Amino acid sequence: MAYSDKVIDHYENPRNVGKMDANDSNVGTGMVGAPACGDVMRLQIKINDDGVIEDAKFKTYGCGSAIASSSLVTEMVKGKTLDEAAAIKNMEIVEELALPPVKIHCSVLAEDAIAAAIADLREKRGEESSAESAA
Amino acid sequence: MSNLNIPVYLDYSATTPVDERVAKAMADCLTLQGNFGNPASRSHVFGWKAEDAVTEARKNVANLIGSSPKEVIWTSGATESNNLAIKGAAHFNERKGKHIITLKTEHKAVLDTCRQLEREGFEVTYLDPQDNGLLDINALAAAIREDTTVVSIMHVNNEIGVIQDVAAIGALTRSKGIIFHVDAAQSPGKVAINVDEMNIDLLSLCAHKAYGPKGIGALYVRRKPRIRIEAQIHGGGHERGMRSGTLPTHQIVGMGEAFRLAHEEMAEECARIEALRDRLYDGLKDMEEVYVNGDLEQRIPGNLNISFNYVEGESLMMSLKDIAVSSGSACTSDSLEPSYVLRALGRNDELAHSSLRFTLGRFTTEEEVDFTIAEVRKAVEKLRDLSPLWDMYKDGVDLDTVQWAAH
Ligand SMILES: Cc1ncc(COP(=O)(O)O)c(C=O)c1O
Repeated sequence: MAYSDKVIDHYENPRNVGKMDANDSNVGTGMVGAPACGDVMRLQIKINDDGVIEDAKFKTYGCGSAIASSSLVTEMVKGKTLDEAAAIKNMEIVEELALPPVKIHCSVLAEDAIAAAIADLREKRGEESSAESAA
Repeated sequence: MSNLNIPVYLDYSATTPVDERVAKAMADCLTLQGNFGNPASRSHVFGWKAEDAVTEARKNVANLIGSSPKEVIWTSGATESNNLAIKGAAHFNERKGKHIITLKTEHKAVLDTCRQLEREGFEVTYLDPQDNGLLDINALAAAIREDTTVVSIMHVNNEIGVIQDVAAIGALTRSKGIIFHVDAAQSPGKVAINVDEMNIDLLSLCAHKAYGPKGIGALYVRRKPRIRIEAQIHGGGHERGMRSGTLPTHQIVGMGEAFRLAHEEMAEECARIEALRDRLYDGLKDMEEVYVNGDLEQRIPGNLNISFNYVEGESLMMSLKDIAVSSGSACTSDSLEPSYVLRALGRNDELAHSSLRFTLGRFTTEEEVDFTIAEVRKAVEKLRDLSPLWDMYKDGVDLDTVQWAAH
């Protein structure tokens, strides 16, 4: 199978590889997929006081298209609010990377990773604000 | 010329290049000046000459497997040979019984043929290999029934290179009066075959894994005691009625020459390739979390199938863009299932997804092996830096206890 230039570019120069402190209250972590299925993505997002995503990091176990999808997503979410990031659809990833049909599941997984990271962050902050109001 | 040819070809079990000597022999059978006649033409010298060439090739194939030339039937390849052998023997003996035994790690050309027979009302037992890929002869003995007519077990596995003890299986099937078919597509030039000593009744071969051309193969059909099979392709009654169709002289000559060379050069070539394979393994085995798939001893010299844990096979191949290998990862096919062969060994899905198959051959050089070692080490390191599973492993997390959000 031939890869698109964009997949190769993200694969060879992945953006925002890394890990943030999952316990930081401004950091949301989403881990999706399973080793048995051949792909696992971990996406982390960090928001600033204005509720805007200021940083994103990923690590991915999976094929080149899975790695490229998660690398792309870290770029896409930066500068967005949580609501804007939640609106990112997998087809945007498919189009940007020119993924073939057999690789669409990689983009779905990336969309799931965003949703999971946002849910984690909201849960954390929800707990925090309720803790504050209780105090 | 440098001894490093990029891209480096390490996929000799998928197919081999045609040996120059073979190509030359084939080219001599095509044009007006060459040996182009129809071997079935009995009325002129063109036909006689072509028939002589086919006879010579038949001898060379027979020589390699220790049979008589009369027992060799030309086919289009091992896929067709497997179909003809299994369907042909099963159907011919239908009234005796409708039970077939095979192995879960067989090539699809055997497994799918068995599936078809199941659709036609046959019963098939698919035996599990042991964790090292080898069949436990006791498991086979236990699976044999009154109505078992055919046992089909491969000689050399195409993915993991393990060699089944076909002599032991043949002794058992012969004692029970059951037909024994062997898919030996991967064997010529790598491991000795003798159909008499091994009590093999039907044996599938092809040329393109042994430096011959694609699209030609053979089926050995035992004459004493006589094994009868039902033809699958009907027509002019060639090959004693078992496989009709004009014989492709150039292809047959190519297979004959390839097998002659394979037989002659086997000892020397195996020693050389084994040393290269060991060099490759030695260059990789000190890395963390690498596992060889399949038995290392009962194995052809040129195969190294190895899993790099926490790295996915397709992305690894993408990093190795100057090296041609294959992977047991699901991502290399259109399905999401990883290699059924590795799974049949009891390997977990992760290790199956993380596997690479290196197969070395006649033209592999030391420089190519050294280049491969360096590239693989670099790629695995890069991908482990990218892998959340590697992070977790390094943090001491037991991945089996994690609740994965499977999709
Ligand atoms: C073990 C085995 N059997 C059968 C085949 C099919 O052979 P052919 O390509 O000649 O049809 C192959 C090769 O792909 C093989 O490795």
